[in-house]
Amino acid sequence: MMAPAQQERLRGYLLGFVLALLLSLVPFACVHYQWLDRFPTMATIGICAVLQVLVHLRYFLHLRLSEAKERFWLLVFTLLLIGLMVGGSLWIMWDLTDRMMGH
Amino acid sequence: MTGRLSWEALPTYGAIVTFAAVLVLSLIVMTVAYLTWTGKWGYLWREWLTSLSHKRIGIMYIIIAFVMMLRALLEAMLMRAQQAVALNNPGFVDAEHFHQLFSTHGTVMIFFVLMPFITGLINKVLPLQIGARDMAFPWLNAVSLWLTASGAGLVIMSLLLGRFSTGGWSGYPPYTGIDFSPGTGVDYWIWALALSSISTTLSGINFLVTITKRRCPGMGWMRLPLFVWTTACSSILIIFAFPSLSVATLLLALDRTLDMHFFTNDLGGNMMHYVNLFWLWGHPEVYILILPAFGVFSEVIATFSSKTLFGYRSLVYATVVITLLSFTVWLHHFFTMGSSASVNAFFGIMTMVIAVPTGVKIYDWIFTLYRGRIRFSVPMLYALAFIMTFVLGGVSGVLLAIPPFDYVVHNSAFLVAHFHNMLIPGTLFGMMAGYTYWFPKATGFRLDEYWGRLGFYGWLVGFYLAFMPLYLLGLMGMPRRLQQYDQPEWQPLLIVAGAGALIILLGALCQLIQLIVSIRRRRTLADRTGDPWDARTLEWTIASPPPEWNFSVIPNVDERDPFAAEKGKGHAYPLPARKDYQDIELPRNNGLPFVLGVLSFWLGFALVWHLWWLAILTLLGSAGCLARRSFQRDSEKRISAENLYQYDRKRHQQLQKLAGHHALNEGFRWENKVD
Repeated sequence: MMAPAQQERLRGYLLGFVLALLLSLVPFACVHYQWLDRFPTMATIGICAVLQVLVHLRYFLHLRLSEAKERFWLLVFTLLLIGLMVGGSLWIMWDLTDRMMGH
Repeated sequence: MTGRLSWEALPTYGAIVTFAAVLVLSLIVMTVAYLTWTGKWGYLWREWLTSLSHKRIGIMYIIIAFVMMLRALLEAMLMRAQQAVALNNPGFVDAEHFHQLFSTHGTVMIFFVLMPFITGLINKVLPLQIGARDMAFPWLNAVSLWLTASGAGLVIMSLLLGRFSTGGWSGYPPYTGIDFSPGTGVDYWIWALALSSISTTLSGINFLVTITKRRCPGMGWMRLPLFVWTTACSSILIIFAFPSLSVATLLLALDRTLDMHFFTNDLGGNMMHYVNLFWLWGHPEVYILILPAFGVFSEVIATFSSKTLFGYRSLVYATVVITLLSFTVWLHHFFTMGSSASVNAFFGIMTMVIAVPTGVKIYDWIFTLYRGRIRFSVPMLYALAFIMTFVLGGVSGVLLAIPPFDYVVHNSAFLVAHFHNMLIPGTLFGMMAGYTYWFPKATGFRLDEYWGRLGFYGWLVGFYLAFMPLYLLGLMGMPRRLQQYDQPEWQPLLIVAGAGALIILLGALCQLIQLIVSIRRRRTLADRTGDPWDARTLEWTIASPPPEWNFSVIPNVDERDPFAAEKGKGHAYPLPARKDYQDIELPRNNGLPFVLGVLSFWLGFALVWHLWWLAILTLLGSAGCLARRSFQRDSEKRISAENLYQYDRKRHQQLQKLAGHHALNEGFRWENKVD
């Protein structure tokens, strides 16, 4: 028999695992079976990816927003850097597409 | 069964290559024979290969860096010699080999010289500076080491079987795609990089957690030694930037092996996205390399000026600002891609902005020197040369930040001169300074001063001779990576550059002699006090080399430069009471990280040569290693409080004896003579 606390922990990990699996399978299936058009497919993949990150933070890294202030600011910093990297890349690549395939 | 492997893979396509392969092979055979002859295998396994101690791991990283540096230096020498003679003739290195040379030179210098050197130094010093007993994750630390070693092994393997990439150290597709580079070269490059980048990411996490969680009581953020600050910022950059490199190279690998189309022109791929992802890592990487060197210089300049750092807070803020800004400039590596004016202008301006915090640092160091009692020891010589020479490189960087200028000199020798001007006087001089400065802490004896100076002058003079001509050549229109040329007016400058490379090589030779001489004279050079430079931070309070637990009692810090302050107040070496000692636990040695390293080497090898059965076996083996580790229970050993207490008492008595009639608690300042 497991102690209740241990059982609780195991349940958390299993739930996280199932959610992570689901969030990976949905985009793959979307692409493979071509359920949706091009843009909705890309949007689904993007949304699933963001949810995936949140699931990992919540169930595997045990991050709670209510916890220490330090962690909150680290999260803000992380978001800032990722915003710079992803936003910058999108800007650069869209700008390039615009100039290459332009009107 | 044998994949792409066949007799053709043997290095028989050129005399120089065959010679190099034979040389490497005989060095390996000689090392194995020596170890067997002296019966050192057991010692090596027990004390080094299985060690989880940050001190041992640090030393092994630096050994990797030096071995790989020897190779990359010889390659540089070959290229310089080739360019010095190859006016209107093919010289002695054919084009294919020349392309391999510049690709390996860059890859090795960045990933297997500078990165291991930095990681090694951080490993060695970081826990000591913050009053900790080890890294936060010692086992993970050993895994990082052996992944780096296996990546370096793959690069060496490319000399013995098959060829290395000819696509330069940045490996741009479509040239590195399967259509234009069908051989194994690019695969060697990809998998060596993949191993190194995973290793570095793990190290970065380890360093950052160690700094946030393992600081001794009283060591607040604004009391951290500057080397710790720069390590923290460098780790943040590693954690965010390195995944981008891993993704870029893995996508390229998918393109090459599984016929995908991320970076091809057809089927919706875009090769410029590789360039974007690569430099999204590549620019932060520049600061990953330079920030720890800034940290070393801050420690060295403060110690050898016998002063506290000028503008500590501004140095910290400058470091943090650089960390953030380094994620806003990456496009300046590909201005010529053809972005619109607003994109180019934004990244150009940000590049100029990032020079400001760097300038702040330069002034802080100069003001630290001002009215200090300067001792011109080898680390200080490197620091002074750095300040002068790095500013030159920085100014040429600001020039390159102007897009129209960049269009003119892009891909020319000017660029080669610029980044060598940043990385040699910046990172490499920083690492040499740190190596000399902390050598006594690692081994218990100082490095010989005379040969160290000769080595320093070799590097300095050689650097100027080798790279200043390249600025001119770049402005004269000489492209980089030229195997031969037909412009007679370039040749004199290229001969000067070749002479410079030779002098650098002589400098490196002096450093090798320095090491041998120092080991032979280790009794006269011995550091008995643990504080050979009259230094300021915690690592110098303990013995050289430190005991395996570092601090018998975790120190309590109440200001910046704690050791200097305690020496000033006259209680440098307090002996805690018996009741302050507690039993401690240290990680036991463990062989699994080494096994993981060996397995990942063969995994890389299998992926290069398409030996799928071997790839599956090694992957399963690696997973098995990880599973095995999580079932290991008895992974720590205990050291009793009594042992620690007796050790401290003995050391205290020795120190007392060394101090003689001087007051021990004011330190050994009187013993520090200027050589």
